[in-house]
Amino acid sequence: MDVLAPTPAVIAGPSLRQRLASRGFDAVTLLVVPAAIFSLVLFVYPFAFGFVLSFEPKAGGDWLANYRRFFSDPFLYETIAKTLWLAVPVTILNLLLAVPIAFRVRLMRRQRLLTTILVLPITLGTVLVAEGLLNYLGPQGWFNRTLMTVGLIDQPLKLVHNYWGVFASLVITGFPFTFLLTLSYVTGIDPALEQAGATLGANAWQRFRHIYLPLLMPGFAITFCLSFVQAFSVFPSAVLLGAPAGPTRVISIAAYQAAFEEYDYSMASAVAMIMGFVQLGIVVAVLASRGLFYRGPASGAKG
Amino acid sequence: MIRDTTLGSKLWAVAVWTMVGFFVVNLFAMIGTVVTSSFATRWLGTWLPAGWTTRWYSSAWSEFQLGDVLLVTFQVVGAVVLISGALGVTAAYALARRDFPGKRMLLLLFLLPLLIPPITFGIPLATVLYQTGLAGTFWGVVVANLVPTVPFVILLMILFIEQIDPKIEAAARVFGANTFKLFIHVLLPLLLPGILAALLLVLVRTIAMFELTFLVAGPTSQTLVVALYYAVFAAGVRAVQSIDAMAVVYMVTTLVWLIIALRFVNPTQIVTRAKQQPAH
Repeated sequence: MDVLAPTPAVIAGPSLRQRLASRGFDAVTLLVVPAAIFSLVLFVYPFAFGFVLSFEPKAGGDWLANYRRFFSDPFLYETIAKTLWLAVPVTILNLLLAVPIAFRVRLMRRQRLLTTILVLPITLGTVLVAEGLLNYLGPQGWFNRTLMTVGLIDQPLKLVHNYWGVFASLVITGFPFTFLLTLSYVTGIDPALEQAGATLGANAWQRFRHIYLPLLMPGFAITFCLSFVQAFSVFPSAVLLGAPAGPTRVISIAAYQAAFEEYDYSMASAVAMIMGFVQLGIVVAVLASRGLFYRGPASGAKG
Repeated sequence: MIRDTTLGSKLWAVAVWTMVGFFVVNLFAMIGTVVTSSFATRWLGTWLPAGWTTRWYSSAWSEFQLGDVLLVTFQVVGAVVLISGALGVTAAYALARRDFPGKRMLLLLFLLPLLIPPITFGIPLATVLYQTGLAGTFWGVVVANLVPTVPFVILLMILFIEQIDPKIEAAARVFGANTFKLFIHVLLPLLLPGILAALLLVLVRTIAMFELTFLVAGPTSQTLVVALYYAVFAAGVRAVQSIDAMAVVYMVTTLVWLIIALRFVNPTQIVTRAKQQPAH
């Protein structure tokens, strides 16, 4: 073991080493130090730095000048509403689609093909999806062409360079993410519970409503939070597929422009902090309401 | 397993599968559009292009300097994979085997970069990297990409290491192995499938990581996905087919590694970072 342990101070001797080891600190524990330092320097420090920097406006003024500018300029503060208007409906839609599909897929024996197909858009990433949708949803693309051939529409729908282009890209990349998370929660529940319900005569809807839903509510809340946070930070597709000067000027575009077009890192940090706080606010709200939601179904199941 | 046989549940099943089918068809049609367009001579207002050609690939290769970009991409990815493996596996070993005060805080520290979207922490990170002069360089891109990948390797490897019986290590110690020998002869062979899986996922994620690379890359340290973004952003300057050819090169680069990765990991691990339970 001598090889393992660092040479302790001579006076403290083995007693210090033993005392530390009994609390879980020995040479093996030290292996965590490089990664911890790395995360502190490159994750925690930049966050703290950005937080402080956001209170030191480039153009001078008092410490809140950046935040005051953000909340007084409609071009800036409206990005919050625009981003929420994209992220919230997309997240709800993805979750509403993912739940019934996950419940169906859980019964499948060979899920691997479907999960592999669904992993494709996540792996390819938002830039490629944006590039593909520009062609596919464009006025001459296969999507509009099919709808016109079927006779559903006369004129091609305008689906790119507006809200719906970004919406579609968030569904294509966001749905697989939401689905795979939901699936892992759904398959984690013991099917014996459902079988017990079925034995007592509960139909499919009752089994979902009174057995699965209460058990899955925490999982759904976390899935919602993770999917929402992803959608809220939409960037490449909002620029490429949307109208980055108009309805899809999302908050990450505002942060990017402040940093790399105005070279005002102080303002950019302020926008990034606001973005983080809005995300945090929604996540805390969802996780807090989970507690309220959970009690309802559990007591309702008695009746 | 419960089989519902009522008409309602059959209709519901049909509706659910229709939704899945609609999604998958649109996904493949979107990918198909890009591939078709990259081989098209002229494609305007028809179902299929007027003729087929491969010349867009050679023109994209020279216009976008794809050779250089691919080289940079693989250098960045290689460095990220090696460094995150070295930092991540050692830290995961300590976290899996020892219980010490502050361990939960440390786990939270490693969880946060995975939960917070890259663009949120990328802007402060880029600011710091620009001030130190690291941004715009090769190592700036590597360092930025390591921020989410090191925690990713740690959290994945903890699960693998916890599956190995500590008695095996104790036995090796009894026979006189020191830490280095223990690692090389006992742990590494046992952990190799896990390390391989984690590093392949890091590889796929790093190739596709747009936001962090975009925020810190300079003209000579762009990876393929950032170069693709700039090409699409400046659409109109180049022929659409040329950009599509580049997109296909990007797709092939990513998918080759994805297919290799899927031989070792469950696809759901790409998202959930946990071992999935068998389907019932």
